[in-house]
Amino acid sequence: MAQEKMNADKMWLTMGPQHPFSHGLWTLRVEVDGEIVTDAEPEVGYLHRGWEKECEQRDYQKIIPMADRLCYSASMTWSHLFCKVAEEALDIEVPERAQYLRVVADEICRIQSHLMWLAAVGTDAGNLTIFLWALREREFMLDLNVRLCGQRLTTNYPRIGGVRNDMPYYFERDCLRGIERFEKALWDIVKLTDESSIFVGRVKGIGHISREECANLGITGPAMRGCGVDYDIRRDDPYDAYGEMDFYVPVYKDGDAYARFRVRIEEMFQSCLIIKQAMKKLESIPKTAPYRLKVPKAIPEGTHMARIEDPRGEGVMYLISDGTDRPYRLKVRSPVFVNVSASKRMVQGVRIADIPTVMAMIDMCLGETDR
Amino acid sequence: MADEQKIESPSYDDIISLIGSKFGDKVKFRESTKKNVRSINEKRRIFMDADRDVILDLAYFLRDKLNFEQASMVTGVDWVDHMQVIYHITNYFNSITVEIVVNIPADDLHVASVAPVWGGANWHERETYELFGIIFDGHPKLERLLTPKSYEFFPFRKSYKLRGSQ
Amino acid sequence: MSYNNVQDWIINREDWTPVEKLGETFGSIVDISPYAGYNLPYDVGVKVWESLGGLIAWLINLIVPGNPVSLALVSDWFTNALAIVVMVVVIFAIGFVTNLTMIWQERKFLGRQMDRRGTMIGPLGYLQCLGDGLKTFMKENVAPRAIDKKIYWWGVVLVIGTSVLLACMIPLSPRWYIVNYNTGLLLIFAFFALAPFLIMCAGWAQNNKYSLIGGLRAAELMISYEVPMLILFAATVYMTGSYNIGEIIQWQEDNIWLIVPQIIGFFVCVVCAIAESERVPFDLSEAEAELVEGWQTEYAGMKWGLIMLGDYFRGFVACALVCIMYLGGWSMPVIESFGWYYQYFPELFMVLKTCFVFIFFITARGALPRVRTDQIVNVGWKVLMPLAVINLVITILIKWVVDNGGVF
Repeated sequence: MAQEKMNADKMWLTMGPQHPFSHGLWTLRVEVDGEIVTDAEPEVGYLHRGWEKECEQRDYQKIIPMADRLCYSASMTWSHLFCKVAEEALDIEVPERAQYLRVVADEICRIQSHLMWLAAVGTDAGNLTIFLWALREREFMLDLNVRLCGQRLTTNYPRIGGVRNDMPYYFERDCLRGIERFEKALWDIVKLTDESSIFVGRVKGIGHISREECANLGITGPAMRGCGVDYDIRRDDPYDAYGEMDFYVPVYKDGDAYARFRVRIEEMFQSCLIIKQAMKKLESIPKTAPYRLKVPKAIPEGTHMARIEDPRGEGVMYLISDGTDRPYRLKVRSPVFVNVSASKRMVQGVRIADIPTVMAMIDMCLGETDR
Repeated sequence: MADEQKIESPSYDDIISLIGSKFGDKVKFRESTKKNVRSINEKRRIFMDADRDVILDLAYFLRDKLNFEQASMVTGVDWVDHMQVIYHITNYFNSITVEIVVNIPADDLHVASVAPVWGGANWHERETYELFGIIFDGHPKLERLLTPKSYEFFPFRKSYKLRGSQ
Repeated sequence: MSYNNVQDWIINREDWTPVEKLGETFGSIVDISPYAGYNLPYDVGVKVWESLGGLIAWLINLIVPGNPVSLALVSDWFTNALAIVVMVVVIFAIGFVTNLTMIWQERKFLGRQMDRRGTMIGPLGYLQCLGDGLKTFMKENVAPRAIDKKIYWWGVVLVIGTSVLLACMIPLSPRWYIVNYNTGLLLIFAFFALAPFLIMCAGWAQNNKYSLIGGLRAAELMISYEVPMLILFAATVYMTGSYNIGEIIQWQEDNIWLIVPQIIGFFVCVVCAIAESERVPFDLSEAEAELVEGWQTEYAGMKWGLIMLGDYFRGFVACALVCIMYLGGWSMPVIESFGWYYQYFPELFMVLKTCFVFIFFITARGALPRVRTDQIVNVGWKVLMPLAVINLVITILIKWVVDNGGVF
């Protein structure tokens, strides 16, 4: 009988595609030495459906609902981004009322996306109370989505040249009430997480990335602002009505999972602030003002690029139009696609127990990653 | 390039003049004709065409001299008679985004990889490689990423027709 | 004493004292402590057999008078053996029902904490756990092919078995126990410490990396909480002067509940007990976020259901230990002064107290995220251990003061 020597040094652990931490279909292969992760290799592509190629077969209008499907929890920003790149191609500016409506819808979307993330953080840290409380608050945000757009998740709300419909009756009242309620409820969840020494001990000091490395690896969004990069497209490259909004971009220099956690939590409060401002501004715009422009079906030839602050980072669409009613090429830059490529760097040196908490802080969404 | 001082937040005109003086006619700037796009009006977009030979030098120049820290995306485009690789590079301090268009002849689909310069370009180049077949020389790990490893075709090329397409 | 016929047995059974008979039957195997000479479940067994077996024996005797079968049915040996079987069944059944109640309690409490309803089937959702149990019974018994079969099966059987055994070993009152050992508490701790070893074996046998890590974590967990727990245990035993659970509680009844002098010990003990029963803040060996299901990954269907049941049995034992060591077990300061307390209620109050301690466990589960492996070792050795030692020192001081005619 041949006696084989067993290699007991390190082993490769395949986490995913069906693994409770992955929040979607992807695989993180990690090399572990005992409990310490020494190397990692992310593998994506299980959901690759050729989204960009599919778009080349469709009218511009028909791409809007498809853009919703890029990410189930940030659908508004993606359809908004597509409309924005189409508007840039047509060289038009949307009516003021539509701009503010889009801001409101975007921020509601951002809050509910962040709440989805918070719920995921709860399960990853092993506490279901956070999960359920966050999802309870998310339901109220989805109710606001229903009031404004008629849909919970895939809203199909923005249109090229405006939005599909104006605010329904009493939406201002409902929205402001919902936001005020949410601000109070969020403090409860903050008490459960940020003021719990065990939770903070779980996320503090793990997955550290320096500012230069973060910028070089292309990490964007809250993960980037947790590393000390003071950059937010809403403020630094404003689109729609964000230029007129007065809000604060939370930035932490620590670069660990806790900093990213804090950034997202504070972003939710800032989103509430933005919604309140936008609703106030909407009151001053007459209800009869237009909320949508009539646009031609075909887009003139050219190359166009638009970027937007997705809840997960920088979303970019690059459109090449050839004068017909269909795009010649539409490229989507998904923030998670780039963020997850940096996971190799993030999880090195942490423990197996930290992998879910570190990866939770980049908020995986596989629909947009694999496209 | 180590002796040159890094400009943390170069202005729009600085970028154009510096790149123009360094690369000459290898890099051509384009002006956008759009009137109503805010980021173009406020001079936060620079469009340029670069030669295939200078792209790596340009990348290092952008990163080390002009402090363009992040590669937003790398896009491949199939123009049937030739291909294009388009880079979007961002500076976090003045939020200027540079769009670099590189033309690649269809019979020689090679271009220097910028993944050693910007780690964020790594997966974008892999994606472009697997979907268009453009080979990025010097890429650390040029393998198929989204599509199965067994694919022997490049699905995003125009020659690859989808079912039901005209 | 043996009977000549059934009538003889019926007439003479009045002066029959079961526990003494138990001793006669099993000799020195069963050590009957002088603390409690009366065992209620055993007595129930005897009574059941007296009526049931006596009836059968009498009927057979009617048909065939003077036959040896009916005599054997009412003989001491047979009565004792049947009574012991019934006693075990009764003790297990009460433990099982307590366990179901605690599962229901946890799900209901957790539901309220999480702003949802919890279980909903049956009155107040009580029957949900039974339904879940039935569901797991109907699952196919699946096991992976490339496993170490012997250890795979024996590991899980022993984990569940020791848990059930532990739950049965907890006395609920002076008259409710299986065996009244003089080293009862020590024995329970010994059985408690057995599980991590079995979990490690089971984790290894599954041939799965996640269960391997989970099994090793169980061992890691054990070295971090078992030591402070044993120091607390030493403090309790030093104070009360006995390993016998009955005597520990008797001491608390006579003097004071140990929670008063050992308040530090109580809280350390609750934390250690949560860790010991591997519940949520410390369930590192089955951390579902990173290890899928930890050491239970490859145990599907009914095996999983039984493991869950065993987990709750261990939770019950951990709560009962806290209750015995600090909350005076079945003693209730004011109520016990009434004559009827020890006649009717001590078991009920013991179970209620156990459920009360379980509320701490549930709240910890609802409020805290899971700790990391290095953190549990840190907490165990740097926080719980010094606190346990302080608790021991305080105990020794109090004992010294009292023994030297101090303040009390």
